Amino acid sequence: MVSLSEFFAIFAMQGFNGLSVFCVLLLMALGLAIIFGQMGVINMAHGEFLTIGAYITYLLSHLTTTYAPSLQPFYFFGAVVLSFMVAYGFGYLTELLLISRLYKRPLDTLLATWGLSLAMQQTFRSIFGAKEVSATLPDWLLGSFKPTENIDIPINGLFMMALTVLLTGTIFILLFRSRWGLQVRATMQNRVMSGAVGINTRKVDRTTFALGCGVAGVAGAAFTTIGSTGPTSGSLYIVDTFLVVVFGGAQSLIGTIASAFSIAQTQSTAEFFLTGSMAKVLTLSAVILILMLRPQGLFSVRVRK
Amino acid sequence: MNAAYEKLLGGRSGLIGLLILGVLLLVIFPLGLDIFRLNLVGKYLSYAFVAVGLVLCWGYGGILSLGQGVFFGVGGYCMAMFLKLEASDPISTKIQSTPGIPDFMDWNQITSLPAMWQPFHSFSFTVLAVLAVPTLLALVIGMAMFKRRVGDVYFSIVTQAIAAILSILIIGQQGLTGGVNGITDLKTLMGWDIRTDSAKVILYFVNAGLLFACILFGRYILTSKLGRLLMAMRDKEERVRFSGYDVANFKVFVFCVAAMFSAIGGAMFTLQVGFMSPSFVGIVPSIEMVIYAAVGGRMSLLGAVYGTLLVNFGKTYFSETFPELWLFLMGGLFIAVVMYFPNGLAGVVEKQGKKLMAKFSRKKVVPAEPVKPKVATKAEPADIHLDGANLEASK
Amino acid sequence: MSNAPIGFESTDHPVLAIEDLTVSFDGFKAVDKLNLYVQRNEVRVVIGPNGAGKTTVLDLICGKTQATSGSIRFNNHELTKMSEHAIVRVGVGRKFQTPSIYENLSVFENLEMSFPRGRKVFGALTFKRTADVVARVESVAAEIFLDQHLYTQADLLSHGQKQWLEIGMLLMQEPELLMLDEPVAGMSVSEREKTAQLLGRISQGRSVVVIEHDMDFVKSIAHKVTVLHQGKILAEGSMDKVQSDPKVIDVYLGH
Repeated sequence: MVSLSEFFAIFAMQGFNGLSVFCVLLLMALGLAIIFGQMGVINMAHGEFLTIGAYITYLLSHLTTTYAPSLQPFYFFGAVVLSFMVAYGFGYLTELLLISRLYKRPLDTLLATWGLSLAMQQTFRSIFGAKEVSATLPDWLLGSFKPTENIDIPINGLFMMALTVLLTGTIFILLFRSRWGLQVRATMQNRVMSGAVGINTRKVDRTTFALGCGVAGVAGAAFTTIGSTGPTSGSLYIVDTFLVVVFGGAQSLIGTIASAFSIAQTQSTAEFFLTGSMAKVLTLSAVILILMLRPQGLFSVRVRK
Repeated sequence: MNAAYEKLLGGRSGLIGLLILGVLLLVIFPLGLDIFRLNLVGKYLSYAFVAVGLVLCWGYGGILSLGQGVFFGVGGYCMAMFLKLEASDPISTKIQSTPGIPDFMDWNQITSLPAMWQPFHSFSFTVLAVLAVPTLLALVIGMAMFKRRVGDVYFSIVTQAIAAILSILIIGQQGLTGGVNGITDLKTLMGWDIRTDSAKVILYFVNAGLLFACILFGRYILTSKLGRLLMAMRDKEERVRFSGYDVANFKVFVFCVAAMFSAIGGAMFTLQVGFMSPSFVGIVPSIEMVIYAAVGGRMSLLGAVYGTLLVNFGKTYFSETFPELWLFLMGGLFIAVVMYFPNGLAGVVEKQGKKLMAKFSRKKVVPAEPVKPKVATKAEPADIHLDGANLEASK
Repeated sequence: MSNAPIGFESTDHPVLAIEDLTVSFDGFKAVDKLNLYVQRNEVRVVIGPNGAGKTTVLDLICGKTQATSGSIRFNNHELTKMSEHAIVRVGVGRKFQTPSIYENLSVFENLEMSFPRGRKVFGALTFKRTADVVARVESVAAEIFLDQHLYTQADLLSHGQKQWLEIGMLLMQEPELLMLDEPVAGMSVSEREKTAQLLGRISQGRSVVVIEHDMDFVKSIAHKVTVLHQGKILAEGSMDKVQSDPKVIDVYLGH
């Protein structure tokens, strides 16, 4: 029916089509992997931090278009930075007021953050209205790049990819090469000892959580390039994000990347052959089945008990 | 005989609790509310089945299922299919291109009844399906998860994913399930019109009766050795394993019971409200049902009913008068209950009750025979400081 | 008792036969080709410096840890292929280093939980606290010095009493092989004496493997002593023999 080369072209094209989706998913998963993998905290409001970033991007787009049209082509960079900062700030507050009180109670954290997500969604609704809004993409992000006849790569996909790679790289360097990263990993592995050697574990928790949220904010900025933003936009990604993190083995960042890639690709490819919803069902079911066979995730490192 | 009744009814305090609830549900509401409101309470009570199930599997078993909507929905859809087939007899549907099949199938250009629907012509099959299908589903999910020792958090996430999958499936398969609108326009149950006022009253009492049956069964479980095992497992799962118990089997059991309760609730919902849709199956309704149990008291079977009623009354009231406020309130409720009232209303009542009792007597009685196991109607005193989370197995 | 092996037969059919047992965690061999044999009704004490692999051996026997290779035969069962609860049901009981009891249940309920009936779902659901259960709980409670505390909630007991309770829970299971990990850790001198008597009583007709550090205690209960070091057996024999072995002295005192 479909020849191998055709299948490969479909795979590649669907792959590139799904590039932006993959980037959003990966950024969300990275943020969550930092929070869940390193801290063991379930943040059901993670999707809402994406929404923060998306709304900020929309605001900047709206403001520059209305008041400073000359700045319009550049607003996106500012949006990325601002999204990170605002989401980081809210994340910091959330950890301070909510998460830190529920330390060691993961299921309760799950429920409490779900409550937070409801409250955040309503806040968005009250401020921005229930209708979806769109950021106007700057011109240079539109259009596509055609390396060959068959393959069509959207430019915003490439930009997202670059942004994602940059951010991922930064996170790696932060976690594995910086002093702060060392403190984070130490606190995760042995909280008591870390406290005993003078690491302010509370502060480490706070900044770790805030960082995860900040990354979600950037994912929100990226999200505006693929869809319109509404109060419940975040909830589109939350289940997928959790599955990506769990599938990849929560404590392995490389696993998270590989997992995000496989899940996004499976879904894109499946969408070509099936309807959108069936593709989603297939992907989710496959992930769950594999998880049942390998509960520690696909790419986890064997830890000594 | 006496001992069995004692155990089931939970001694004096348990009996009083049951009686109070019984009077409220079976006497006060029917006498004091008009049919419309009574039907509304009946609807809420159908949600209460899920909450009661959650007390068993979450409060006592430590299994936080965020997908109980799946079982509620499956039970509801089974009943809906039966009722829809009855309402789609060839005479009523003679204006359709294909008479004798449900209207939404006709709209989707389906020309013959799908195989999956065929057995639901029979009421006894339907009842069997309501009880068995969700239980079997829970059995499969439970075995796959608990035998493999999947951690608590992962389990919760997977149940969420399953709820998402099922709701997407149902919405996507319009021709088979009625899609996003669900199965509507249900008329009669074996000839008996379920839309009349008298039918609604009868169904209300049937619902309440079944709810009490589930509560009593729950009590039976909790006061047995199995109930003590559940609490021991939540506290020290490893030790239970090393006392010779296959822990997974017990978790699966209580998960299946919760599933079955939810399914009964779903079926009663369909009968009382006259439709079933995927809006009860997905992630959002499933988590909402968890809050019913949390507010009422996750360790209290009776509390779960009160919690369901309270949250739903609040929802109806606030969404009418202050719609913007409602979601804030619910979000706040989640946070407040988790942080300040881990044992919900029942916990508060128990604490105040104890303070009163302490004022009256300081005597400590040493029993002459083994202490009767405390009944799980109110939070166990030692459990006030437990927060339902399985601390050790949380990795 | 430290010299004369009373009441245990040295036969070719040991009740517990560990052969070539190895477990490695990412390359680190916690237990390295271990061979250990315990006879019926023997009390074997395992000693060794920290990190020698003593607890790991118990973990392997009771199924808490999966062996990388090797075999553990108990009567006719290959334990490395069985799940934890199955191992318990064939007659192996394990006491953990830190008392592992059900804090929220009473002493009575803790002991009752270990009664070897009603271990399956239906059995647990329909389990009745009949007279024989009560009688057995009471008799075990008397053995472990807790008969006056039957209705006390377990978390209110002293550390030593918790250790006894855990031993009692094991006794309820009627095990053939008892494994005790540091049973007297944290106990006062008088509690240790009582525990020594207790162990003396309960090891009649049972095989026992004990991990301990208190050398006087070891001397008073052991038939035979095995010294572990870096996952291997360093020395084995009576307490006197082992204590005077130069290799053992070297490992414990000098590096």
